[in-house]
Amino acid sequence: MTRISVSVDGTEAVDEIEPRTLLVQYLREQRGRTGTPVGCDTSNCGACTVLVDGRAVKSCALLAVQADGAEVTTIQGLANGELHPMQKAFHEHHALQCGYCTPGMIMAAVDLVGEVADPSEQQVREGLEGNLCRCTGYQNIVAAVRDAAAEMRGAS
Amino acid sequence: MIPVAFEYTRPSTVEDAVAVLAADPDAKVLAGGQSLLPVLRLRLAAPSTLVDLRDVESLHGVRVADGELVIGAMTTHAEILHDRRVAEHAPLIAAATATVGDRQVRHLGTFGGSLSHADPAGDLPAVALALSATMVAVGPGGRREIPAADFFVDYLTTALAPDEILAEVRVPDTAGWGYRYEKFSRMAQAWAVVAVAALVRRADGGVADTRVALTSMASRPVRATAVEQALTGTDGDSGAITAAAGHADEGTEPPDDVNGAADYRAHLARVLTRRALTAAAGA
Ligand code: FES
Ligand code: FES
Repeated sequence: MTRISVSVDGTEAVDEIEPRTLLVQYLREQRGRTGTPVGCDTSNCGACTVLVDGRAVKSCALLAVQADGAEVTTIQGLANGELHPMQKAFHEHHALQCGYCTPGMIMAAVDLVGEVADPSEQQVREGLEGNLCRCTGYQNIVAAVRDAAAEMRGAS
Repeated sequence: MIPVAFEYTRPSTVEDAVAVLAADPDAKVLAGGQSLLPVLRLRLAAPSTLVDLRDVESLHGVRVADGELVIGAMTTHAEILHDRRVAEHAPLIAAATATVGDRQVRHLGTFGGSLSHADPAGDLPAVALALSATMVAVGPGGRREIPAADFFVDYLTTALAPDEILAEVRVPDTAGWGYRYEKFSRMAQAWAVVAVAALVRRADGGVADTRVALTSMASRPVRATAVEQALTGTDGDSGAITAAAGHADEGTEPPDDVNGAADYRAHLARVLTRRALTAAAGA
């Protein structure tokens, strides 16, 4: 067992874990962050995307021990009293159907907009290349991200 | 799926990391983990110990020394994409890095990890080969330098000994060269079916030097020397480029698999080489 200390959605935690524990497993099973789903076994789908020290990563492609000392933000840590602009835009644009990809889409999109404040449609599509959606056809997701980006520019 | 259990250690010096590898032949290095974690999850590998290099400060970052770009093995793809010195001295690296994996993968995956993994469909091995980069390895006996041409041995196999670690990569300056990484893949995130790394240096209106290396055309990245010889010394117009690109598949042994038949890859190599050279030669 290895001891790690991480901040998860603003709460400091110290835990003893097996080194083989994936970050996503740790988040779901030990920190109750079941808002972060697992969508695949191959690190392709992006459903498990969270922010580690502000950067989007696939939490199934990272050991929890690798996040030792880091600040992790999941979809459950994004809203601050009210929905984050990205969450609101996904809601308003009907950018989800089954919703399975949504937590990862939103975290990846927040990361993208943090780097590219006003992404073009092409930049959104490429920026979300690591996130797969089986339902929506992406159209509304792209619209939601661009809309949220506009709101986030206005808000800052 | 969950990996088979292993021990985990996070040394803070290369020497300590090497000592773990030397003492245990089943120990493996963990860099960004973007190739290793999927392999562990599928239980295609079951190392006894993972040696995480994250805390080895000397392996991180980019610098310029003696006119060469020096890239620490643990530098992430995202860091490379944002590095001014890479953009200035070896823009081909940045161009190819932008096509690696996806955004999330580029945040964790490392330059040295991609090279040491030596997947013949990986983007950076061919780029290192085209640039004639030098790999600096550290083992129990100290440091040694391995030219890129000798580093990639076979499918997922490099010249590194099991107790050696790739520490940094030295890249000759190619500021002012035309360059292009031309990659063909069938969908988002997919590996290259074939890709071409090209560099062209023009002088006095003609082509003074040409470098072409191919991704996914053999069990390791290969230089297309016949193309290089055919283009160098010409005026680099579209006729010369088309003629040179016709040699792209010479001497290659392209894989024949679900992503592409061998003859299809040979065709792609010629077409993509023409496109890459057209961009790199500014024709
Ligand atoms: S669960 Fe699919 S990428 Fe992580
Ligand atoms: S909404 Fe169902 S997978 Fe995206």
